[in-house]
Amino acid sequence: MPATMGASTRTAGPGGLRRLAHHTIFWPVVALIALLVANTLYSPDFLAVSILDGHLFGAPIDILRNSAPLLLVSLGMTLVIATRGIDLSVGAVVAIAGALSLSFIATSPNPGSVTTVLVAIAIALGLCLLLGVWNGFLVSVVGIQPIIATLILMTAGRGVAMLITEGQITTVNSAPFKTLGAGFWLGLPAAALIAYGVYVVVALITRRTALGMLVESVGINPSASRLAGVRARTIVWTVFALSGLFSGLAGLILASNVMAADANNAGLFIELDAILAVVIGGTSLQGGKFSLSGTLVGVLIITTLTLTVTIVGISPLVTPLFKALVVIAVTLLQSPRVRERLAARQRQRVAKPEEVAA
Amino acid sequence: MARKMWMRGTVAALSATALLALGACSSEQAPAAEGEETTSYDGGETEEAGDELISIGFSQVGAESGWRAANTKSIQDTLTADNGFDLSFSDAQQKQENQIQAIRSYIAQGVDVISFSPVVETGWGPVLEEAKAADIPVILTDRAVDTEDDTLYESFIGSDFVLEGEMAGEWAVEQYDGEGYQMVELQGTTGSAPAIDRKEGFADAISGSDIEVIDSQTGNFTRTEGKQVMEGFLQKYDEIDLVFAHNDDMGLGAIEAIEAAGMTPGEDIKIITIDAVKDGMQALADGKINYIVECNPLLGPDLAEVAQKVVAGEEVEKRIVVEDKTFDQEAAVEALPSREY
Repeated sequence: MPATMGASTRTAGPGGLRRLAHHTIFWPVVALIALLVANTLYSPDFLAVSILDGHLFGAPIDILRNSAPLLLVSLGMTLVIATRGIDLSVGAVVAIAGALSLSFIATSPNPGSVTTVLVAIAIALGLCLLLGVWNGFLVSVVGIQPIIATLILMTAGRGVAMLITEGQITTVNSAPFKTLGAGFWLGLPAAALIAYGVYVVVALITRRTALGMLVESVGINPSASRLAGVRARTIVWTVFALSGLFSGLAGLILASNVMAADANNAGLFIELDAILAVVIGGTSLQGGKFSLSGTLVGVLIITTLTLTVTIVGISPLVTPLFKALVVIAVTLLQSPRVRERLAARQRQRVAKPEEVAA
Repeated sequence: MARKMWMRGTVAALSATALLALGACSSEQAPAAEGEETTSYDGGETEEAGDELISIGFSQVGAESGWRAANTKSIQDTLTADNGFDLSFSDAQQKQENQIQAIRSYIAQGVDVISFSPVVETGWGPVLEEAKAADIPVILTDRAVDTEDDTLYESFIGSDFVLEGEMAGEWAVEQYDGEGYQMVELQGTTGSAPAIDRKEGFADAISGSDIEVIDSQTGNFTRTEGKQVMEGFLQKYDEIDLVFAHNDDMGLGAIEAIEAAGMTPGEDIKIITIDAVKDGMQALADGKINYIVECNPLLGPDLAEVAQKVVAGEEVEKRIVVEDKTFDQEAAVEALPSREY
């Protein structure tokens, strides 16, 4: 139905809606709205936000908070993918950040103090930045294929996290650290404020300066951009380092959300969700042009989908299938070739009766 | 150009080797990091130490949870040379092919007894036949295998998951029947034996009471997913009185979600879980969880006893159910200081 609407405006319309329908994130936004509508059908006050204990409370707030880690990881992933790379190690980095920070807080004499928590955060983020730099080194200096280079850390990283937590699930009680993932600032979830804040900063830096264009040029043609004077190596190195840093921040938020570092399950398969969010958002895996707003919509779709499974009451047995069907629907709608076919069929159908009339 | 390509190939190969080495490190260091001695794979030492030592090969599932870590520690602490055992321990990292490989190598070493916790239920026929042909008795721990021929193993030591679910359900009926409670269930990993059996046992126990299961969803045995699913339930239903979580971790996640919704876990919404790991017991002692059925990970002593009997040629029971205790708040406060896991 929506596809035919786009096609008919192509032949007759003044162009506003048509241009909108051809925007890369049009269909992902439609999918997001459809998910929200489905949830509202099953739970009428789904979109209601109330004030509870001085902060906002409701499903939309849950979605914002739960989307924070995935948004951070996907942000780094978008930049990496734009340079024609991929970062498979993000899930492992998430686990390492949680393990390191919570182990540090657990062994410190004063787990509740703000200083301890800040030091723990600094250590964890520092290490994650280093891990990102390591990935960047393998890709940009040594010249290993990104998928292989980051596979190393993806496999080894969980082992490292396990070493740090000694195979246990580390739990701590620390009010300042808990604020990061489960607390509220100005009535909004702290985790969401951090993640969306980072998102805005990255969006401004890449879109208000030439940096975004340089990243795209490296993705489109590394040799040509190098010959044109772009420091391709530095840019590739930087995006991998940023991906590590953002994943570390995501790991801290995830660990703080439940106040436990689970080396096995924290951030498990988040690399796949992040790649999915980037692709749903319309950034090509072949590098080049990237869309941060698309990634944001992709992240919101994936987070809402998780909540939808519970709200709509999909049986756990078919949950993976249900998620896959939604993803297939979104990607098909987005595919220019599929849209062209649908539009062509629509044109034929419209054209025939006109011939008879003439 | 060709030279450069060759160099890149070499570097890729080197890093792949490094990857394998790192992977191997993580598997061997994980148990060692728990303060255990690295176990001996050397058959020669056994004979020097005396023929009385029973050599036993144990293949563990992995180190995926706190429960598993306690299970590993119990086995490594019990099957020591002092107790008359020479233990070869291997970690399968949740992969069946690793376990089959480990079992084959134990057969090749000619150990006295092979023991393992099967990752999955099916596909064990051929390798168990090999063990049988080599006349090596096999003891299963924690999880069962699905086979028609029960002569392939001597005994299966582990908890009865259905019974655990029943015990949890019976307590719920005892406490809350007649109140018209609405209950939600946080299931374990879809398709896993503990999830299926605990669900079944609980449902049987509450049938006939007025506790109504209004929804059931998987939380994959993890805190994060337990919290997310509970958030969804709290949005969807205006009134939830009771949560049954298939393990402590999901229950702990649910506590976070309930607190975030401005309610008091243990009072506004009652919580029943299974496992009794330390964090869960702490929450029970604090009154945030109302009841826990233990799933005992300390299988070492039972395994030692059965292994000794099997080697001595005595009859052993085909199914040994490990005794699971139950805890309410008072029992948790009492048990907590001496809790091993």
